[in-house]
Amino acid sequence: MTATLPAGPETVPTGPARGRAGTRAGALGRRARALYSFLGPSGTIAAAVLAAMLILAVGAGLFAPYDPNQASLLDAYQGPSMAHLLGTDAIGRDVLSRLIYGSRTSLLGPALVIACSTAVGVPLALIGAWYGGLVDAGAARILDLVYALPGLLLAVITAAMFGPGLTPAVVALSIAYVPFLSRVVRAAARQQRVSPYVDALTVQGFGPWRIGARHILRNIAPMVLGQSAVAFGYALLDLAGLSYLGLAVQAPTADWGVMVSDQDSMLRGHLLPVLVPGLLVVVCVMALTVLGARIAGERPERHPLWNRRGKRAGAE
Amino acid sequence: MLELNDLDVALRVGGRMRRVLSGLSLSVAAGEAVGLVGESGSGKSMTVRAVTRLLPEGAAVSGRIRFDGRDVAAMDAPALRRYRDRDVGMIFQDPRAHIDPTYRIGSFLTEALRVNRGVGPAAARRQATELLAAVGIDDPERRVRQYPHEVSGGMLQRVMIASVLAAEPRLILADEPTTALDVTIQAEVVAILDRLRRDRGIGMLFITHDLDLALAICDRVAVMYAGSIVEIRSARDLHRSACHPYTVGLLGSRPSIQARVDKLVAIPGRPVSAFEAPPDGCAFTDRCAHAEPDCLHGRPALEPFNDGLVRCRRVADLAVLAESRPESPAAPPSEPAAKSVVEPPAESPAEEGTQP
Repeated sequence: MTATLPAGPETVPTGPARGRAGTRAGALGRRARALYSFLGPSGTIAAAVLAAMLILAVGAGLFAPYDPNQASLLDAYQGPSMAHLLGTDAIGRDVLSRLIYGSRTSLLGPALVIACSTAVGVPLALIGAWYGGLVDAGAARILDLVYALPGLLLAVITAAMFGPGLTPAVVALSIAYVPFLSRVVRAAARQQRVSPYVDALTVQGFGPWRIGARHILRNIAPMVLGQSAVAFGYALLDLAGLSYLGLAVQAPTADWGVMVSDQDSMLRGHLLPVLVPGLLVVVCVMALTVLGARIAGERPERHPLWNRRGKRAGAE
Repeated sequence: MLELNDLDVALRVGGRMRRVLSGLSLSVAAGEAVGLVGESGSGKSMTVRAVTRLLPEGAAVSGRIRFDGRDVAAMDAPALRRYRDRDVGMIFQDPRAHIDPTYRIGSFLTEALRVNRGVGPAAARRQATELLAAVGIDDPERRVRQYPHEVSGGMLQRVMIASVLAAEPRLILADEPTTALDVTIQAEVVAILDRLRRDRGIGMLFITHDLDLALAICDRVAVMYAGSIVEIRSARDLHRSACHPYTVGLLGSRPSIQARVDKLVAIPGRPVSAFEAPPDGCAFTDRCAHAEPDCLHGRPALEPFNDGLVRCRRVADLAVLAESRPESPAAPPSEPAAKSVVEPPAESPAEEGTQP
């Protein structure tokens, strides 16, 4: 960019400022290109879909044309029109607005589940992998026990004990997802544990906590993130299912799972209010799975997470 | 400074204990360079691993490892970390595998300083660039910002040497530091290591299968066979008057630049590990040209002979034999670049089993 500027005395004073702006834009472009070359076409589409969902969820108030709970019986079961792009449901609520607001609860729930189970599962896996022996075996058996219990069943039991609602469902699923993350992370950490660089760090006099947190975790981070993304998709599906069953998010609240459970419209042949949220769930889960696989696939030292220069490495 | 006394190490391989070191005794004085030479599976790497307490899980160790009189095996976790941090530094064979690939070279070099020594980030960084310059790396300012995969193997090995020097240890354990490098780079790296070590008065235990290299840079050389030392003497003497038949065989099987030969002399048979050696008698018997029936009974001791230590019962007879023989033209200690073909680069199964 700056190279095409005509070389002249007047460019000298503006040089530094322009140069800085130029390199900043250039760096941004490089980052974007590095990100694209890392994600690939399918990964980029998946990331874009998820980013769009996230923006819609955060700025729901800006994007939704109507209040999601504003009912108008006169406008019930309208087809798509300019006023209601995706039509209205049984009591005349705008389907698009409900979808946009619904993305909040639909994404927040699984996000909480994954945050909790990652926070518990990853340290557990690292400790087990480092110390091995009885510690590892004990943790592994307990996790196997939890793994044997289906998450949905656990959530149903919790709902039966504490009543339906988002919180008990999230807690139940958080517990159920710990082994899903922990088992994979443990296997990867175990591999790192016996790798030569860990020996070298040990001889340098570093303790297990530092090596585990600063080195092993960093080397398996792509895998952890990838696994978390995939688990996010599953948790999204599970929570939507629970909401559909009426065990998680409760009816008036806008939520994709709640919207799918609107059997009334189905029976009357109005498919749009039911199909579109179902489709969104499917699209989200697919995008998360694709992205997760992509994130987990790259070698750690070339990962854009750490190596900001991406694959340009050899060029210098 | 470092004293190994009658060290026995056995590793658990598939549920069975396999002996890799038997009755190894060795000492390294402050500032002294001792070479540990042997073929694959002779237990060289296990010796340094024992010294740093880096043996794989389930290893059984008996005998004494002392550093400055302190028993290394008895150290608790904080003492062990201090010992590893301050007293010993280790240079590994393959720098690419032994450096965390996700950090920049600068972070790798400064981490120990910052975390273990409490050096400030700026001071640590300055020290890192100085050390990179000291190991002969151009443009250290740029190198500290690079990742390990962005530089060559030779440069990375110099980075590792710099990281060991940064800790200012009193003893450097170098486990075949040049085996993974190109032959041309090897000489350079060894020369740098040798010079910096001497400048700083750091002791070194140098492990190699390259006898010429050990003779060139070490004060004393210990020759290992089947998990124990068969001969140890000063590099100059070993070269001129080796006493143990195995050492003589090794010296005889080196290629020479001066003399052209069609076929190198080889020691018959193959090297054995400690667990393959006969439980009774000299481990070298079945490959030894001078073996007698007596050699099969009772393990010979490492005994003083001609200003060195030799583990051979017939050493006195053999010396007489050698006297009567005309002196063979001894090649001068060659440059580090001259690589011996004593050992193929492949690792032995015994050593592989410990690093899955």
